[in-house]
Amino acid sequence: MNNILENYSKNYSEQIKKRRFWNIFIVLGLFVAILISSSIIDLNMTRIASGIPRLGNYIAKILPNLDTNLLFANSQIEGSVPYWYFNFKKYIVLLYETFNMAVLSTLFGFVFALLLSFFSARNITPNVLSFFFVKRFLEFLRGVPEIIFAILFVWALGVGPLAGIIAMTIHTTGALGKLFSEVHENAELKSCEAIRSAGGGWVPEMRYGVLPQVLPNIISYALLRFEINIRASTVIGFVGAGGIGQELYLVINFNYYEEVSAIILLIILTVITIDITSGALRQRIIKGAHD
Amino acid sequence: MGSLQLNSLIKQFGKNTDGRIAVNDISLEVTQGEMVGIIGKSGAGKSTLLRMINRLVEPTSGSISFDGTDITSLKGKALKKWRSECAMIFQQFHLIDRLDVLTNVLTGTLGRRYNILNLLKIFPKEEKINALKALHNLLGKTLQRVETLSGGEQQRVAIARALMQKPKILLADEPISSLDPKNSKIVMDDIKKINNEEGITVICNLHSLEVAKQYSKRLIGLSEGKIVFDGPPENLTQELSQELYDLENE
Repeated sequence: MNNILENYSKNYSEQIKKRRFWNIFIVLGLFVAILISSSIIDLNMTRIASGIPRLGNYIAKILPNLDTNLLFANSQIEGSVPYWYFNFKKYIVLLYETFNMAVLSTLFGFVFALLLSFFSARNITPNVLSFFFVKRFLEFLRGVPEIIFAILFVWALGVGPLAGIIAMTIHTTGALGKLFSEVHENAELKSCEAIRSAGGGWVPEMRYGVLPQVLPNIISYALLRFEINIRASTVIGFVGAGGIGQELYLVINFNYYEEVSAIILLIILTVITIDITSGALRQRIIKGAHD
Repeated sequence: MGSLQLNSLIKQFGKNTDGRIAVNDISLEVTQGEMVGIIGKSGAGKSTLLRMINRLVEPTSGSISFDGTDITSLKGKALKKWRSECAMIFQQFHLIDRLDVLTNVLTGTLGRRYNILNLLKIFPKEEKINALKALHNLLGKTLQRVETLSGGEQQRVAIARALMQKPKILLADEPISSLDPKNSKIVMDDIKKINNEEGITVICNLHSLEVAKQYSKRLIGLSEGKIVFDGPPENLTQELSQELYDLENE
C-alpha cells in the first residue's frame, strides 16, 4: 500500500516537473515573440508619450463650445445645443439609414446562415462533401473583413447603403453560420432518430428534430450579431457604404470639429440603447428556453 | 401474409478483427398479428436487432424480408415507406420536447407528404382528426408542450405517433424501462390492445421477464447476440431464465 502511494506521488511530482518545464518554455517563447514583433511594428515608447497629448488636443477641439446660460437658445446663437446640433434632422435620417442597414443585413445573414448551418454541422450534415465545402465557404465569408467587401461593392455598385448591406450580409452569414452549426452540433438527436424511424427524410429531421431545440439559442446569437452590426454599419460608412458613418468621415476630413463630437455622441447613444434592449430580449429568450 | 423473416442476420460494430458482434447469426420468422417478447440482459443485442428491422442500423450481413420483399436492399422512397410501415417506440420516448403533443403525434405522418408542406408545418385536416383519435385518452393535453407531461403520458404520445404511421409492425424498444409500475401497466396494456384490436404485429424488447411472460405468447431469448430460446413462456426453464439474465445463484 505504502509502495503504491509512494509510486503515485513520484509519478505526480514528475508530471508536475514536466508541465512546469513546458510552462516556462511557453512563457519565454511568448516573451521573445513580443520582442521581435515590437521591433517589427516599430514600437517606440517616446513616440507614444509625445503622441498622447496630441490626442488630447484633438478631443479638446471637437468638444462643443457650450454656454451654460444659452443652452436652450435657438440654433442661430453660438453656444446653444441647437447650434451644436444644427444638422440634427440630417443626422437622424442617416442614423435611421444605418439602423436599417444593420437590420437588413442581420436578417438576410440570418436566413442564409441558418440554411447553410445544417450542412456545416458535423452531426447532422447530409454528406461529408457538403460539410467540407460549406464549412470552407463560411470560413471565407467571415474571414474577409466586412470593410474589404464594402470597398469592393462600393467600387462595383457605387456609393450608398446597398454596398454596405451586401458587405455586412456576407460577413454575418459567415459568422452566424459558424455559431449556428456549433449550436446544432450540441443538439440531442433522439427525436431525429424517431422521425427517421417513421419514414421522414433529412428535411423533416432538421425541421422537427433539430430546429425547435436550437431556436432559442439561434435567435439569441442573431440578436447579438445585430448589436455588432449596428456598430459595424457606422464604421463601414467610412468607405462610402452609406449611413451616418459616411457623414462622420466627411466631417472628420473637412475638420468640422464640433460636428464630429455631435455625431459620435449620437452614435454612442444609439449603440447603448440598442445594446440594452437587445440584451434584455436575449435574456428573456434564454430564460424562456429553460422554463 | 405479412410474415417477417430474418435470415442469418449479423451485426458487427467496429473493425473486422476487434469489432464487437452485437447480433450473431439470427434467423427467425414472425407471422402477422403475433406479439413477440424479446428478452435478455442489456448488451445481448435486443436493441440492435430491432433497429436493424427498421433499418436504423445496417446489418453487416444476412437479410430481412417482409411478405417476400427484401428489406435489406431498400433505398430512398421504398426505404422510407418501409420505415413508416414499421413503427418504433423507444425507451426514452424520443419526442420533440419543445413542440406540443398534437404536432408530435403528427410527425408520424412526415414520410407521407411533400417536404415543402412539412417545412411549413402544414398537416391535412383528416390527419389532425386521426391524431386526435389516437390521443383519445390524452385529449386534455393536446396543446401542451411534451416536456410538461409525465413519463407515462409521453410514452402514450409516442405510441399515438407510431399509430399515425398506419404500421403493419410495431417495434417497441424497452418501452417501459423508464416508467413506474403503474404507468408500465398502462403502456403495456395499450400495446397489447393495438396487437389484439388492429392485428398489428408487435415485437417488444423487455428487460423484465415477468412482464414479458404476462403479455406475450412467444418469447425469444437472446444472449450474446444469439437466440438461446424461442417458444411459449411455459417452456422457459428456471436454469435458462437464470442464464438469460445472468442471475447470480450462489
